[in-house]
Amino acid sequence: MNAPVGGSLAVLRPQDVVERTLAAATHLHGCAVIVRETSEAVLRWANSTMTTNGHTTSGQVTVVAFVAVEGGIAAGVVSSSVAVTAAAQLEDLVRAAESAARDAGPARDATPLLHPTGDDPSWSEPAAETSIRVFGRFAGDLAEVLAGPNRHYGFASHEVTTVWLGTSTGIRRRWVQPTGSVELNAKTPDLQGSAWTGASTADFSDVDVMALASEAGRRLEWGGRRVSLDPGRYDTLLSPSSVSDLLIYLIWSMDGRPAQEGRSAFSGPNGPRVGERLTDLPLTLASDPGAPGLGYETFLTVTGSGEGISVFDNGAPTRRVERVSSGTIGELTYSRAEAAEFGTRFTPPGDNLILTGGSGESIEDMVARTERGLLLTCLWYIREVDPVTLLLTGLTRDGVYLVDGGEVVAEIDHNFRFNYSPLDVLRRTTEVGATERTLPREWKDWFTRTAMPPVRVPEFNMSSVSLGR
Amino acid sequence: MRADRPADRLDPEFRALPLAALADAALSRAVALGAQHADLRVERVVSQSIDLRDGTVTGVSDTTTVGLAVRVIVDGVWGFASHVELTPERAAATAERAVAVARTLAPVAIERVERASEPVYADAVWVSAYDIDPFTVPTREKVELLGEWSQRLLAADGVDHVRAGLAEVRENKFYADTSGTSTTQQRVRIEPGFTATTVDRAAGAFETMSSLAPPAGRGWEYVTGTGWDWDGELAQLPELLAEKAKAPSVESGAYDLVIDPTNLWLTIHESVGHATEYDRAIGYEAAYAGTSFATPDLLGTLRYGSEHMHVTGDRTVPHGLSTIGYDDDGVATTEWDLVRDGVLVGYQLDRTFAPRLGLVRSNGCAFADSPHHVPIQRMANVSLQPDPVRDTTTEELIAGIDRGIYVVGDKSWSIDMQRYNFQFTGQRFFRIEGGRLAGQLRDVAYQATTTDFWGALDAVGGPSTWLLHGAMNCGKAQPGQVAAVSHGSPSARFRGINVLNTQEEGL
Repeated sequence: MNAPVGGSLAVLRPQDVVERTLAAATHLHGCAVIVRETSEAVLRWANSTMTTNGHTTSGQVTVVAFVAVEGGIAAGVVSSSVAVTAAAQLEDLVRAAESAARDAGPARDATPLLHPTGDDPSWSEPAAETSIRVFGRFAGDLAEVLAGPNRHYGFASHEVTTVWLGTSTGIRRRWVQPTGSVELNAKTPDLQGSAWTGASTADFSDVDVMALASEAGRRLEWGGRRVSLDPGRYDTLLSPSSVSDLLIYLIWSMDGRPAQEGRSAFSGPNGPRVGERLTDLPLTLASDPGAPGLGYETFLTVTGSGEGISVFDNGAPTRRVERVSSGTIGELTYSRAEAAEFGTRFTPPGDNLILTGGSGESIEDMVARTERGLLLTCLWYIREVDPVTLLLTGLTRDGVYLVDGGEVVAEIDHNFRFNYSPLDVLRRTTEVGATERTLPREWKDWFTRTAMPPVRVPEFNMSSVSLGR
Repeated sequence: MRADRPADRLDPEFRALPLAALADAALSRAVALGAQHADLRVERVVSQSIDLRDGTVTGVSDTTTVGLAVRVIVDGVWGFASHVELTPERAAATAERAVAVARTLAPVAIERVERASEPVYADAVWVSAYDIDPFTVPTREKVELLGEWSQRLLAADGVDHVRAGLAEVRENKFYADTSGTSTTQQRVRIEPGFTATTVDRAAGAFETMSSLAPPAGRGWEYVTGTGWDWDGELAQLPELLAEKAKAPSVESGAYDLVIDPTNLWLTIHESVGHATEYDRAIGYEAAYAGTSFATPDLLGTLRYGSEHMHVTGDRTVPHGLSTIGYDDDGVATTEWDLVRDGVLVGYQLDRTFAPRLGLVRSNGCAFADSPHHVPIQRMANVSLQPDPVRDTTTEELIAGIDRGIYVVGDKSWSIDMQRYNFQFTGQRFFRIEGGRLAGQLRDVAYQATTTDFWGALDAVGGPSTWLLHGAMNCGKAQPGQVAAVSHGSPSARFRGINVLNTQEEGL
């Protein structure tokens, strides 16, 4: 969905796509139209040289048709990335969505569509864009880093997505979501040492690549002494990035329906285990669309129904949701229809995650108070082993350090495979530091907006040695 | 049904696009601006997903992605650009942008691109092997079939919940380059599936079991019984699930394993497929997907596994998800050895990587998942070959074990960034006692280092045990690209593999 250019057929404005689609759908019970335009600039480097850089724009129109059928209301969804140059294309999409709805039959998540609660003053504005220029100062500093003695690998991405939502009930909303991140992987020239740092950002103005490279360099120096360790249970300091990857999986597992139906780690004998105490530490894990610098859509745009999410909820307001409240299990995710079915509150998923309630201590402070233990950089290849306990497996990556007598004394010359549940991270943590913005290494392609503290988990289960470096 | 000529089977909407005019506009503009090589891809990918929970549809979604991409080499440097508008003017403008990207990058690109040569294929047409295009089947018919499957499972004792789903893709690719190659291709893939859940509220426990069926490069005929016995599996699943829910927890320790192809395909994918990708082996993915322990300096000498290990790469096997006639470099696809007699002997390559290994031709592994992404080296169908001499059965492999476990179906998987240490679970684990199956076990995971594991391979089953399995959703690169790939495998026996009890791991 690119801007029109001379010589080509004119591409319809997103607002016109919404209006003309809705005009073609007036015979239906209802309709929601979501137009999404994404502008993305990326830098990628390996072996200290740039590899694939670029700027791409892409777009998608999604039509959700709500159709009255025998037994209720059905929903059908059709998406297309074809450039829209004629209203007839939109009529085709409406027809296809209507047909999909009729074939699907009555939807279990059918619920009355929402109505507007006010005007969106930004509605008529065009798509926001990024460009390769967003990396201006960053790219200059990066060139200096790449010229250094270590070998560098990494990726920086800035994506700006503009979404327009229009419904047959009169909702017209627009949202601009910036998502940026940088990952910097530094290796020693012999490739035996490897360190990682990363950051998430909305606009790259707050990213200091020299500082990230300097921290990676400090970690490579810790590798000046290397030791091997057997697998086992260790007093372990999890970095904020490591904590974020474990807790993102936790909230992805917090759908209400499975907990109600007894097929979730959040199921108890008498229903969902909401309110159960996990820790005496006053930890709160929340998603909040209004969190400064970590904000996300203030209304839902849904292109497919599933557990906790429904196309009938398009336009519903998002809100702060506490998954863990002062150490107890908090809210589970419910669509409006599920909330009605189970007699609970509509609880939308969130696109950021913040853990608070720790001390003001940095991870360096926590290292200083560690007699003997491990310091982790980040985690990788996390997968669920047992959904009953939410046992996850995964690996440490790009730097596991031995702490002895309050300081880092060596790098472990291999990685570990762990088996551990994020519920047990919360249950067993004995110390939680200061919350800071961090980048999840494992889930970064899906989730970047997190703020996490470092935590100490005594007896974290390092199940086996990985020779991978 | 199948028509005689491949060209007759191409999607009429795709064939109606001005493909030749787009190619002419893009390639001539690129050459005029100084490109030594240029290629144009025009793609149209249609997909559908249908999901049911407890017999009711939770979602029907149809998606179409189209676009054109121009890739150029200018003075040894790549340039790439794409667009959604399929007009000659836009194709020419996109070629201009691609050339501009190459010129912009020239000062920071240390390496100059050299490519293996390839014969010219003019006006080639290739269509994958299927009978019925799933997009010609009414959605209602698909919904009804999935609903009927769900009801059959829900009607069984002990089944509390059922998920059923279907994903289908039809992919059209047109490729033309300045050497004169021009290919038009179409392939279809489909993934039906279901999962049954049993809940024991009093015990606070639940257990699931999923279909073992692979995704396949087949059409609608797959769902109605060609290539998989759906009725048989639907009939068996509830009883197997009930047995699993009551099964004893495994005692951790070393076991001899017979691994079914429904599980071993994923271990092959992770520990051999990704490890023999040349771009990983030379560090292109170091910061993301990772590297490989199987580095090019070890080619011809690395002892990957026992002498029973023969692994091939191919993009030609019928119904393979990675199978195609010509890759996104315009290379005719082929089959070759990756591991022979247990020794690393090959890599998966594209036209820029082949010369670095001293090879005169690529083996055809260039692939882009969308018109808006750059082709990169992606996985071929990577398959373990069966015993070429004797058609050993799975039962015979099991008979050779005194105390062990027969592992069936894939579930959880994880492997490190150099492809050394892995851990897999599965759908069904059967205890082996005195050479016979003796009921199911629970809480099993097997964990090993790649070369130890393949070194412990002491027998492979014969051709009758061989099954082509695979995945629709393999991820790689930044920005991320998704590819579908198949892995053939016989049943195979491994000695002394470390088995974990996942309950104990979580204590």
